Amino acid sequence: MDAGTGYTIEGASGTWEVVIGLEVHAQVISNAKLFSGAATAFGAAPNTQVSFIDAAFPGMLPVINRECVAQAVRTGLGLAAQINLVSRFDRKNYFYADLPAGYQISQYEHPIVGQGTIEIELDGGITKSIGITRLHLEQDAGKSLHDQHPSKSYIDLNRAGVALMEIVSEPDLRSPEEAGAYLRKLRTILRYLGTCDGNMEEGSMRADVNVSVRRPGEGFRTRCEVKNVNSVRFVMQAVEAEARRQIAVWEEGGTVEQETRLYDVARGVTRSMRSKEDAHDYRYFPDPDLLPLVLEQGWVDALAAGLPELPDAKKRRLMARHGLSAYDAGVLVAEQATADFYERLAAGRDAKLAANWMLGDFFAALNRTGRTISDPPVSAAQLGALLDLIADATINGRIAKEVFEAMVETGDDPAAIIDARGLRQVTDTGAIDAAVAAVLAANADKVADYRGGKEKLFGFFVGQVMKAMAGKGNPALVNDVLRRHLAGGG
Amino acid sequence: MLTDLTLAVARAGLARRDFSATELTQAHVDAVEALNPTLNALITVTADQALAQARAADAALASGDDRPLLGLPLAIKDLFCTKGVRTTAGSRILGPFVPPYESTVTANLLRDGAVFLGKANLDEFAMGSSNMTSAYGAVVNPWKRRQDADAVLVPGGSSGGSAAAVAGRIALGATGTDTGGSIRQPASFCGIAGIKPTYGRCSRWGIVAFASSLDQAGPFARTVEDCAILLRSMAGHDPKDSTSADRPVPDFAAACARGVRGLRIGVPREYRADGMPGEIEALWQQGLAWLRAEGAEIVDVSLPHTKYGLATYYIVAPAEASSNLARYDGVRFGLRADGGDLRELYEHTRAEGFGEEVRRRVLIGTYVLSAGYYDAYYLRAQKVRALILRDFTDAFAQVDALLTPTAPSAAFAQGENMDDPVAMYLNDVFTVPASMAGVPAMSVPAGLDGNGLPLGLQIIGRPFDEETVFAVAAAIERAAGFDALPAIRPGAVAAE
Repeated sequence: MDAGTGYTIEGASGTWEVVIGLEVHAQVISNAKLFSGAATAFGAAPNTQVSFIDAAFPGMLPVINRECVAQAVRTGLGLAAQINLVSRFDRKNYFYADLPAGYQISQYEHPIVGQGTIEIELDGGITKSIGITRLHLEQDAGKSLHDQHPSKSYIDLNRAGVALMEIVSEPDLRSPEEAGAYLRKLRTILRYLGTCDGNMEEGSMRADVNVSVRRPGEGFRTRCEVKNVNSVRFVMQAVEAEARRQIAVWEEGGTVEQETRLYDVARGVTRSMRSKEDAHDYRYFPDPDLLPLVLEQGWVDALAAGLPELPDAKKRRLMARHGLSAYDAGVLVAEQATADFYERLAAGRDAKLAANWMLGDFFAALNRTGRTISDPPVSAAQLGALLDLIADATINGRIAKEVFEAMVETGDDPAAIIDARGLRQVTDTGAIDAAVAAVLAANADKVADYRGGKEKLFGFFVGQVMKAMAGKGNPALVNDVLRRHLAGGG
Repeated sequence: MLTDLTLAVARAGLARRDFSATELTQAHVDAVEALNPTLNALITVTADQALAQARAADAALASGDDRPLLGLPLAIKDLFCTKGVRTTAGSRILGPFVPPYESTVTANLLRDGAVFLGKANLDEFAMGSSNMTSAYGAVVNPWKRRQDADAVLVPGGSSGGSAAAVAGRIALGATGTDTGGSIRQPASFCGIAGIKPTYGRCSRWGIVAFASSLDQAGPFARTVEDCAILLRSMAGHDPKDSTSADRPVPDFAAACARGVRGLRIGVPREYRADGMPGEIEALWQQGLAWLRAEGAEIVDVSLPHTKYGLATYYIVAPAEASSNLARYDGVRFGLRADGGDLRELYEHTRAEGFGEEVRRRVLIGTYVLSAGYYDAYYLRAQKVRALILRDFTDAFAQVDALLTPTAPSAAFAQGENMDDPVAMYLNDVFTVPASMAGVPAMSVPAGLDGNGLPLGLQIIGRPFDEETVFAVAAAIERAAGFDALPAIRPGAVAAE
């Protein structure tokens, strides 16, 4: 295994390592549910997206949704994973009010996707390969609302039957940072693939976090599962809180019991949900309503051919083609919309200049205005036009920043702003000559100092000339003319 | 009497306008009114709906419509969800449940013009071989013993109401479902024909599930040909049932006239059960002799895993049932018995709603799927099931169909076999293997026992070769000339 972050926790009795595996439930992007035709849109009025199948009415039967299968295969391909051409659906039996059939249809022994890997990037440019154990398809349950009535619980079945991909990692993660990086990377891949929107706050991506601790060099100790953590930050916090709890238990001479726990966000601790003894016996068995799911290799190949370029490949390409640093390329590919914006911007232009503008002024403007890359205050075409105006010396870099701010403010095209405000760069050497002469005349003492060897004053003269020209002087020409004058060429 | 007609003859009579669909249905509605209080064959009677359907059929007939079941009155096992008509599955737990949808099989029948007289009684959730487990009371078999005529006989189960309705001539035909013999055993007990087609031939969509990998719908009628006509309408691929077979539905009725010349008929030696009544053994031999006389070749075959069939069935079926019945929880439909919390709601609802036999099977099924027992029971049962299927596959490499008795006895009386569930389960010993293998099997009435009670013979065929099954059954029917009448029937009830 790669080095990773080298994260450890110092306990009272010495050093502890943390071992983490994540089970991520990712809601599949599809118009219809996994086994019914009901809609899946988020935020609909309760119980308005429920078919008789979802509500488990008598005699209703599940029929697999082909698009959900395709999404799972695409995801498996995106995780460089084994696609199992034969998989099977099982019933996971338990009683709960928001589980209408009394069982969840899932894949227990024969998942649709087998082993794969995710490359995560850590601080300091370290990359680490995290193993994916499996990905399987399953139904989501409904939602129990316990706070709507003093003595009753309400059930909303809109979510019941929605397709989830459960993506299980190997216990390869060793720190909260690695867990966070894994989740972010997984989310990026899912969004690139268009198979899950990754919106953790809407519940379309949730994580169960398996945590154990051990002394360096030891095998695995007992793990606990922290259920249903719904943000990257909380996952990182839950890992640390649970690891510290387990260390305290071990150090006090106790034994960590395998159990399911919940992360209490308000208090920053995990608490027990149910112990191993109370664990459900799910009585898994093959769902007799469904035949084994058999895929044709040709169909899988066609899906593979239709996959978009994924973030790792895109990053490598940006670095190779445009000479970007790993860091810059990494930031630009983190969201597909960002990468698309960048590629539109960089096309036919100075790619490094484009990257600098995006990562600098453009991102700052996004933050300041609260806008997103999909709804930016300045379009890629507009920003590109600005870069073109720098390239053809219509404006200089300094004026460009001013023009950009005006673009953010007004939404206008750069050429219009430049014309309206008279910001066109002065390349008339006569005008520059005059400005330089005036500045040197007004600063005869400094000219003398310069000529006496204080060459640092050159910048001062440039500043003064630009100021005199309201910033519009062509910097290269201003430099040339100044040098000539100071050298006495006049 | 119109109620004595076969479905095929009634259809011809309607086509010739010898009588109207309304007259035909009215005769059956009258018969229901007269006999159902005695037979308890129907849980819900839909006389008004039936007469409205009959009037519509008359209008259609007048305009030259010749759909295959136009104007023919049927009983529908109350396991099929029928839109707007209460569906009980023979259980209290569904309460006043009225499905907002029509099962595919009944929708197919309605598409072909059938008239529905009502919902037929059954063992609760189709779990039983006597119709004694219905929450809506036992069904009475229209047949009586010559000696001991006071004994009230069971119609068999689980489709007991369907079989009694057809035998007692209150319906021309009926739908049933067969999971381990629930069509064939009642057909045998009631002296009528019934076929469990190949698993996947009829859609299960909209049928209350008992054991999904075994449940299969099929028809009852008084003749083999009538069953063939009904099955053709009921069957067909349904994209809403993933286990439904996407293959064409042949003209089963045409197959009835094929004859058996040149067919090889297998006699599985393992079906010679110890303690089988001599009359049944004799009837079996008679059946073989009839087929031989019609030009079939009789071949001894072996189905070596037959002896494990019943034990295996009583693991697989309850396992699936325990899961299928979890949805009856009092939360969304049907009966709700309130409790202080969710667990109590479940406990009270299911304790109140499920009868003893259903509870027994849910418990057995839960047990065999439990951690630590799954491998020893469920997994092993599935392996044995594969061996049972292989037995049939091997046998059908040598023969075209198998002939066996349908049940190890004639109809027994209410109260008999009741104290020991295993004795009751033994009724299914000859029918369960075909269910486990998913192959088609039919019971045809072949004679009477010494007490005047009907006995059936079972014809088992290759997967999706119902046509050969119909051909063999029709040959036995012709040879047997079975024309005995049950004691309880329209016009004869006064004699009771």
